[in-house]
Amino acid sequence: MATRVLPTFGSRRSVHIFERNFYAYRSQWLMFVSGFFEPLFYLLSIGIGLNHLVGEVPVGGRLVSYATFVAPGMLATSAMNGAVIDSIFNPFFRLKISHTYDAVLSTPLDVTDVALGEVWWALSRAALYAASFIVCMVLLGDATSWWVVLCWPGALLASLAFTCVGLAGCTYVRSWQDFDVVTLVQLPLFLFSGTFFPITLYPRWLGAIVSVSPLYQAAALLRGLATGQFDLLMLGRAGYLVALGLAGLWLAARRFRAILTP
Amino acid sequence: MLEARGLVKRFGAFEAVRGVDFAIARGESFGFLGPNGAGKTSTMRMASAVSRPSAGSLSIFGLDPREHGPEIRGRIGVVPQDDSLELELSVRLNIEMYGRYFDLPRRVLRERADELLEFARLSERADSKVDDLSGGMKRRLTIARALVNRPELLILDEPTTGLDPQARHLLWERLYRLKREGVTLIITTHYMDEAEQLCDRLVVMDNGTIVAEGAPRELIERHSSREVVELRFGTDAHEQMHDVLAPYAERVEVLPDRVLLYVHDGDDALRAVHGAGLVPVSALVRRSSLEDVFLRLTGRTLVD
Repeated sequence: MATRVLPTFGSRRSVHIFERNFYAYRSQWLMFVSGFFEPLFYLLSIGIGLNHLVGEVPVGGRLVSYATFVAPGMLATSAMNGAVIDSIFNPFFRLKISHTYDAVLSTPLDVTDVALGEVWWALSRAALYAASFIVCMVLLGDATSWWVVLCWPGALLASLAFTCVGLAGCTYVRSWQDFDVVTLVQLPLFLFSGTFFPITLYPRWLGAIVSVSPLYQAAALLRGLATGQFDLLMLGRAGYLVALGLAGLWLAARRFRAILTP
Repeated sequence: MLEARGLVKRFGAFEAVRGVDFAIARGESFGFLGPNGAGKTSTMRMASAVSRPSAGSLSIFGLDPREHGPEIRGRIGVVPQDDSLELELSVRLNIEMYGRYFDLPRRVLRERADELLEFARLSERADSKVDDLSGGMKRRLTIARALVNRPELLILDEPTTGLDPQARHLLWERLYRLKREGVTLIITTHYMDEAEQLCDRLVVMDNGTIVAEGAPRELIERHSSREVVELRFGTDAHEQMHDVLAPYAERVEVLPDRVLLYVHDGDDALRAVHGAGLVPVSALVRRSSLEDVFLRLTGRTLVD
């Protein structure tokens, strides 16, 4: 009966979905390498390039270099982009094109295990990318404090939120054309969520709207962690990301059940 | 080992299965015969503890699937209609990975994969990509995969649909072997010869209900005559032949392309038809089959 704990969020059998993905992607190492380089390129081009033009930016009460300001934003963006691949594109294929899950559900695994297993997979990849990203931040001199290591669990919280919401969203995708909608959401989030400039530059009402964006919350959390400037608000940001993750996973499992075992 | 009472499956307003009762004993091979859309697959998905019944009671291994889904599924093997194999994985990994879903250790799975590849006659293709296999090979791999947990009950949905005769016979032979080893089989099919070959007992399904139940021979004896004469006349003539031929048979069935006479002795009946000056384009005398039972019970043919 130990396997029946947490029926809403899956059981320990969910690790087999991680295993399945590991075997399926084992030969596609190039994809992993590209997933690592994409955020690094952002870091290099925007960090090094714009750093000289922009100069210093206030974070909390301090002035920091633009590269230091923008790196945590890039880390948060990379968490979002990775989650879109691992929770929308790939699961959509397995859910509606290759019908991978249909065979899985004839085994002891439940739909909740399938959803949770996809989250494990996405988070594992995110953990690797985030770690290498943080190492690059340190090497490029973008980190001003050793607190930057806390960006690693912080980035995972961001990945959790984006992955779970993405997984729920993936169940609403009907065909490849619908991915345009995904891009339509992703791009403005990327550009306007305080990743490139502080949202204090917005009019107050617009800043209030943007602050609801999970990418803004993730970027702000990571910025605080990276510079070692802690405040209570960061607990709220972390809580917001966890809450989004749990809500997303709950909805994803419900939707998976409706689609796979009507 | 499996008992269903008043089993119902609804999808929105549509009732796919409308209250069916059946009981399957250990070691039996039990068939569901019916045309596409009869409710066979929906029934199978409930019997494999994957989809929840909308109403009625279902007990598998004496357990309620609503409560013990994972435990029940751990003791069942399922061969779905579309193979749903992992195309990116090798033949061997398809079996081993599937075994992992049952929490079986890797060491055990390596041995079982060897055995099952042997059983499915795929040992030489162990490292091939699934994509490169023929339809028959994929089907055998799907059966091998379903056996990885040593199931007490094997559920096969249309196991030989789309296969050539040679591949079908190889598959049937493998299923006999499982049956001899004591595995309980549930098979859905719309091929009457398959049902006659493989099933000890079967139910005929139509429109979500069970219209007949029994052993294949028994059903034929109960619902059809001993022999059948199939007559083909020129085009369009078949409709009018019903009344003309009625005196020569117990029952006459008119199909778009032929007329069936249900009789005790086919040769006698054919002689009588010829004696009356009727000249069919072609005539065939055969024994009654489940196809005739189905036609009798539903007024439709199984395979259109």
